[in-house]
This record gives sequence, C-alpha cells and structure tokens, in this order.
Amino acid sequence: MLKYILKKLLIMAITLWIIITLTFVLMVSVPGSPFNSEGNSNEIVQANLEKHYNLDKPIPVQYLLYLKSIVTLEFGPSISQPNQTVNDMIGRGFPISAELGIVTVIVALISGVTLGVLAALRHNGVIDYLSMGIAVLGISVPNFILATLLIQQLAVNLEWFPVATWKSPMHMVLPVLALATGPMAIIARLTRSTMLEVLTQDYIKMARAKGLSPWKIIVKHALRNALMPVITVMGTLLAGIMTGSFVIEQIFAIPGMGKYFVESINHRDYPVIMGTTVFYSAFLIIMLFLVDIAYGLLDPRIKVMKKEGE
Amino acid sequence: MEKILEVKDLHVTFKTYGGTVQAVRGVDFHLYKGETLAIVGESGCGKSVTSSAIMRLIPSPPGKITAGKIVFKGQDLTRVSERKMRSIRGVDISMIFQDPMTALNPTLTIGTQLIEGLKQHKKISDKDARIRAIEMMELVGIPNPEERMKQYPHQFSGGMRQRIVIAIALICEPELLIADEPTTALDVTIQAQILELFEKIQEVTGVSIILITHDLGVVAKIADRIAVMYAGKIIETGNKREIFYKPQHPYTKGLLNSVPRLDTKGKLQPIDGTPPDLFSPPQGCPFTARCPFAMEVCNKVYPESTAVSDSHRVDCWLQDERAKQLLATMVTN
Amino acid sequence: MKPQKNPQHITSKNVPDDWFTWRGKNTVEQELVARPSLSYWQDAWRRLRKNILAMSGLVFLILLILFAVFAPVFSPYEVDTGVLSEQYQPPSAEHWFGTDGLGRDVFTRTWYGARISLFVGFMAALIDVTIGIIWGGISGYKGGRTDNFMMRIIEILYGLPYLLVVILLLVVFKPSLFTIIVALTVTGWVGMARIVRGQVMQIKNYEFVLASKSFGTKTPRIIRKNLLPNSMGPIIVQMTLTVPSAIFAEAFLSFIGLGISSPNASWGVMANDSLGAILSGNWWTLFFPAFFISFTMFAFNVLGDGLQDALDPKLRK
Repeated sequence: MLKYILKKLLIMAITLWIIITLTFVLMVSVPGSPFNSEGNSNEIVQANLEKHYNLDKPIPVQYLLYLKSIVTLEFGPSISQPNQTVNDMIGRGFPISAELGIVTVIVALISGVTLGVLAALRHNGVIDYLSMGIAVLGISVPNFILATLLIQQLAVNLEWFPVATWKSPMHMVLPVLALATGPMAIIARLTRSTMLEVLTQDYIKMARAKGLSPWKIIVKHALRNALMPVITVMGTLLAGIMTGSFVIEQIFAIPGMGKYFVESINHRDYPVIMGTTVFYSAFLIIMLFLVDIAYGLLDPRIKVMKKEGE
Repeated sequence: MEKILEVKDLHVTFKTYGGTVQAVRGVDFHLYKGETLAIVGESGCGKSVTSSAIMRLIPSPPGKITAGKIVFKGQDLTRVSERKMRSIRGVDISMIFQDPMTALNPTLTIGTQLIEGLKQHKKISDKDARIRAIEMMELVGIPNPEERMKQYPHQFSGGMRQRIVIAIALICEPELLIADEPTTALDVTIQAQILELFEKIQEVTGVSIILITHDLGVVAKIADRIAVMYAGKIIETGNKREIFYKPQHPYTKGLLNSVPRLDTKGKLQPIDGTPPDLFSPPQGCPFTARCPFAMEVCNKVYPESTAVSDSHRVDCWLQDERAKQLLATMVTN
Repeated sequence: MKPQKNPQHITSKNVPDDWFTWRGKNTVEQELVARPSLSYWQDAWRRLRKNILAMSGLVFLILLILFAVFAPVFSPYEVDTGVLSEQYQPPSAEHWFGTDGLGRDVFTRTWYGARISLFVGFMAALIDVTIGIIWGGISGYKGGRTDNFMMRIIEILYGLPYLLVVILLLVVFKPSLFTIIVALTVTGWVGMARIVRGQVMQIKNYEFVLASKSFGTKTPRIIRKNLLPNSMGPIIVQMTLTVPSAIFAEAFLSFIGLGISSPNASWGVMANDSLGAILSGNWWTLFFPAFFISFTMFAFNVLGDGLQDALDPKLRK
C-alpha cells in the first residue's frame, strides 16, 4: 500500500508540475506580452503584474519565482479588476462552487447508483429500458442546453423555482439538476453493466446457496463489487462537474469561481486565467489522487500489499 | 434405509432466443441418508441443472421447473415459498461450486463469508460464530484458522479456497451437500486431497452427498451409487460395482471405455458423434444416433426403465427379450 | 431428416416386434446441422441490424451528413448575412427554422453548424485514432521497459484536466477550426492509446500470432495483418464515442467564448448567441442548434452502444 501511495504521489507531483509549467510556457509565448495588452493601461495593475511575475528578470528566473509563488499559494493579480488578486476571487468563489459541486456529486451518485441497480435487477424489463433511456438522454443533452431548458420551463414559464444567484436551497435545485444529470447518467450506465456482470458471478450464486436474503446479497455482495469501477471514474466525473460548473454558474448567475473564470476568459484576463487554471488543476489532480487512494483502500487486492510492503 | 431426497419426473426448460431448451427431461432418482450419489455425464447433459433445481437456484427467467417433484424430508421443494426455501438453503441443503477461484467474494474476508450464513439462520453471538468458524476451518484442514479468517480470498491457493468453500457449505450442519464438479478446476494432486476431505467430513458429520461430475476417477473413489445422465435423462443407475463391472447401457459402456485404465490394454475408444440438440430432443432414445446397437425401435420410442437387480436400473431397449434374441442371432452368425 | 412420427397408440408397452431390427450408428446425420458460417464482420453487421435504436442512430447520422453537405448549397441564404428588418421571424415557408437576432436564416446556419461540428468531431476522432494506434501499438507490442516508459507518460497526461488544458491552449492561440481540433487532440488521444495497448497486449500472446512469428513474419506485417484487424472492434467503439465528446467540447468552448468566430456558425455559437432570445420567447433560435447537438450526441451514443454489443466476440451466438 505504501508503495502504491508513493507511486501515485510521484505521478501526481509530475502532473502538477507539467500543468504549472505549461501555463507558464503558454503565457510567455503569447504573441506580444499577455501582460500589456491594450485594455491594460492601469498603472497600478501594471505595477502589480511586474511585481508578481518579475517581468524585469530573465525568463528562467521568472519561471523559478513563478514556481515559488505557486508553492506559496500566491496566484497573482487581476488585470480587469485592479486591487483584486486571484486569491481574493478564489476566497469568495470557491466556497460557493464547492457547495454546488458537493451537492451535485451526492445527487449524481445516489440517483445514478439507484437507477443502475434497478435497471440491472429488472434486466430487460420496463424499468431497465426506462432508466437506460433516461441515462442515454442524460449523456446526450449537454448541461448548458439542459440548464437553459430548465430555466425557460421551470423558472420562467412555470415560476416553480427562482433563477439566478445563490441564496436558498430552492436556488440550488435547477443548477444541481442541470449539472448532475450527465454524471448521473454515466454512473447509472456503469453501475448497471458492472452489476449485471457481478450478478452472474459464482460468489453471488454461492451467497444465494447460503440462503441469504436478496437484499443482503445485493447490498453486501453485489453492490460492493459493482461500485468499484464507479470509484475509478469518479476522477473523470469530478473533472466534468467542475468544468460543467463554469457554464452552469454563468447561466444561473451564481457568484462562484466558475463564473469568474469564464469572465476572465471573455476579458482575456491572462493572470486570472493562469492562476485559476493552476488552482483548478491542482484541486482536481489532488482529488484524483484521493480517489486512487480510496480505491486502494477498498480493494483488498491492493490493500493487503501493505503487509508485504511495510 | 431412509430416503432423504427423492426426485420424481423432474423437467426443467430454458427459454432462449433460439427456442426452448429442454435441459432436464424427466429425471428420477433418490438419495439415502449418509450415502454419496454421483451423477455422471458429459457437459450439457443436464446434471448441473438438476443440482441447481434441487436448490431452486435456476435463474428464472429464462429457466423453469415445468414438472415433477423434489421431495426432501417429506416436503416437495418445487412447491415451497421462496422464503421457506431460503431457510432450507445453507441450513438443510448446501452446495459447493466448481471453481473455488470465483466462488468466493474477492472483497470480503474469509471470516465474514464463513460466518454470514450462520448469522443469517441461527441466533448465535459473534463470538460463538467465530468459534464455530474456526472449528470448521480446522475440520477442513486449514492451518492457523484464527489468522486466516482475517484474510481475503486472493491470499489463498485454489485447493485452500475449495476447502473454505466446503467449510462454508458445512457450517450450518446441512443434511444434504450438493457438490457440482468440486475438483474439476483443481490440480490433480489437490483433487485427491479434496476427495479425501469429502470422505472425512462424511464420516464426521454423516452428511449425504450428491456429487456432480464427468470424471469417472472421482466417482470410483468416493461414490456409493452412480446415476448416469445423458441428454437430460438418467439412463442408468446402480451401485458403484454394478456400474463399473456390469454396465448395461451402451452409453455407460462407452463412457467407461473412453477412460484410460491400467488394467485394460489397447486403444481408448471414444464415443463417436455428439449429444443431441436439446432444442428439439429426439422422441426415442437420445443415444440412438451414436449407439453401435441401435435398433429401429430405439429411434421411435423411449425405453421403459428396467430393473437389472434391486439396486440397478437401466433405460434401454436391449433389455427387451426381443432385442436379446436379436443379439443372440448376431452372435451365432 | 426428422425421425419418423410415431403413431400415437404405440407406447413402450406395445411396440411391434418388427421394430427390433438393427439400425446402426448414424452420427453423420447430426453433424450436418451446423449453422451457416459468417465472418466476424458479417456477423457483427447482422447483429447491429437487429438493434433498432443503433440503426436509427446510424440513419440519423447519414441523413445529417447528407444535409450538412448539400443543404447549404441549395439554400438561397448566406450563412452570415442577414436582413435586420427580418430579425426573429418564427419558422415559416421562407425561413424553415426562423431567423435569428441579426435576421440570418437559422436553417442555413444549422447546416453550416453541422459541417463544423461534424468536421471537428470526425477530425478529432481520426487524429486520436492515429496517434492512439501508433503509441498504444508500440507500447503494447514492445512491452517491457519501452511499455513502462510510454505508459507512465500516458498516466501523467491522463491526470491533466482535459478541458482546462484545451481552454488554456485556446486562450493563447486564437480559436479557429484548426486550433480547436489541435487543442482537443493534444491530450485526447490518451484514452485511445490505452485501449489499443490493452488489445495489442492481449492479442499478441494468442497462438495465431505466435505461429506467424515462428514462421519468421516481420513485425510490421504482424501488426498490420494480425494485431490491427483483431483489435478493430474496441477501436471503432471508442471512435464512435470520441466524436460526440469532441462535438460536446466544441459546443462547450463556444459557450464560454472560445468558439469558432464569425462568419462561421457552429451549433455551440448559435446556442450561446440565442440565450437571451429564448427568454423573450424566440425559442427557435435555441431550439434547433440545441436539438441537433443533443440528437447527434444521442445518435453517436446509441450507435456506439450498438457497435459495442455487435462487435463483442464474447456475445457471438
């Protein structure tokens, strides 16, 4: 297990380093400097930029100082909003985005697994076709289109839900629905197919031969094994939910990090784009690492290597 | 002797895209208390389906018991509720599967898998359950049971896993144990150990065993009686001596001749051809097409079961007086 | 060749004596009943044809491609010139899908959008496949340290957040058809390479490959003749699933302002442009691009699922 963790840790570090370096290389190679484009005539901003990115120094030194600033979690200033730093934006936006993300993950997991299990248990029955129909639609309709439809139908036409901003639980319903549908569909399909495979395994027959109740067989023997592949795709799903939140926050006017990020893209606010990308990537890569560890803990074939490893 | 199990005219079908497969087509046999009955046959002859039917573990749909009775200790298992059946499975009747590599859940410890059946059926404290599990592991010959209970299946060898599967099957002290090809997936040296284990547990617990196998070597070692199955029917039953030394059905003879033995010289004789398609089984004897002694009658009518001795029965037209005359003329020619 | 029908009144009790005559073995009769042999691809096609959902996806995609190619040619309208006085016309005989805020014909723009979305999707898939087959093929075939090294690189690239890298690239290099496709494939090929590697590693140990090797067949020939044809199934399935994800990515990028710019229209750009319009009741400006994005993805997904089932040798019956 220790060896497994160390290996994953090393890969995580390299991936992080690559994304950090990539942002730096891309910014340096932007034709003209991204730091003195036309819209940027503000002197305070220019001073901040020069200070943060050490523009007066040679590029290798800039790079090293940039690495240092990232390690110390200083993500730099903003061009479009003087007196603001990327850290300020993260501080304000991240809690909201995280709340949206966590609720979405929970909703997607619970509904996806439930749909998938029901479909597998009623294989080729009405429930199976129904839930797989929902799942294929969920995968096919892009989240920003779903979001627009939801706003138009449920918020504007029927006025069931408030739209825009982030105040009450009612404000959460539509964005979460729009964001969770895709991941839910993927989880449902995956759960169904692994569940179908697991249900034909000998150990399920064996559990039945022991006289266990169907409920116990499903929860203790089948689901546990069927969910292992779901854990492996959690990293990808988190990435999808995160990038999805960019547009969802934009559409629902939720003051999260994603909204700031899309605004910074529209304003070509390069320092903010760089800083937020590095932050997002780091967050995601660490999440991926945690998912890997969780998988290792749940799969005894990896977990027990601990005894030999230590 | 007391009959613990009696199967009468059992029919099982499977609906598939290609049509309905008549996997078991009227099987009769019985099992006495404390004996070992081997059901022998080629793959696909319905022997595993028969054993699953006794446990009522046939996947349904597509499978279905369409007719017949399975009388276990006086009650017909084809008629009891699923709930009642659950209280019989693992407690009164247990089952062992072919491949010990897949029969154990890879994500649960051996201890958990041993104890859960016990906890399901009996009011027993965790501590007593553990003691019982350790006892069982000792019985099936697993060293350091306390340590090994905490381990996972992948930390055990194939032979050890099969011992655990046997321990799981026996932990609630069932009266009937169904073993479906219990040694097929194992190395030859391990096979012998597992067979010895079967003999030992039968001695200790007095459990009755139905052994499903295609391996006549296994049968010769531990069976008391043998039922030979072909194309969904039991075509010959008898005790071990009768089947091995006085086989009556041409199929049984063919089966015995196709097995290498030290005491016979010459080439092995395989049985030509393949078993019939059970989508549309022949209405006569299913072995007709491959039988060196086939007569017109065999192709048209299925023979009645004939008693050769008190314990030996066979379904074959050669038992008919007229066939015996025909045979006699052939010999004199 | 069915056995003769047995007259009803005859049971095992009263069979006539003259039925007791030798018949002998007749195993030939049985062996004749074999199913017609079909090649792998014929068999796959036979099974795919039975899958109604997958076939309707295929038909939809073929129609879509035909329309994307020909509809703009026959349309009387230009993609990017509108008549401002005709803005927000609902669907009518002149403008089948209505007009947008600049008075442009939505029908014409939809098919131009189809060209772009399909082009991006297919190009991305094609590039992914090419790189994936080369990288995965070498990695899987060579094995050992080469494989180890190449897999580490894949593992690292796999950890990079796909869309963030794409966004980063497009922020720096101005979005165009070319840069979008490049950005989508920079890390996109990794999934394909993994699949190809897995396939090659499995197949290279099969006996028929070992047999070719023992005859002294050269490596490139083995790869071309043995490995590729036998790993085609999963590669095709992965391709069918890459196309919709590239189409989605392109639409997503348009939506956050990194899409293809005027005068070209992509579905994502059209959807983004009409976000405001929909609230004022001009539903058609959003509906058509949204419908076609969703249905194209749907069609590719069901076709991919169908192919997966049809091409799986394990399911051959």
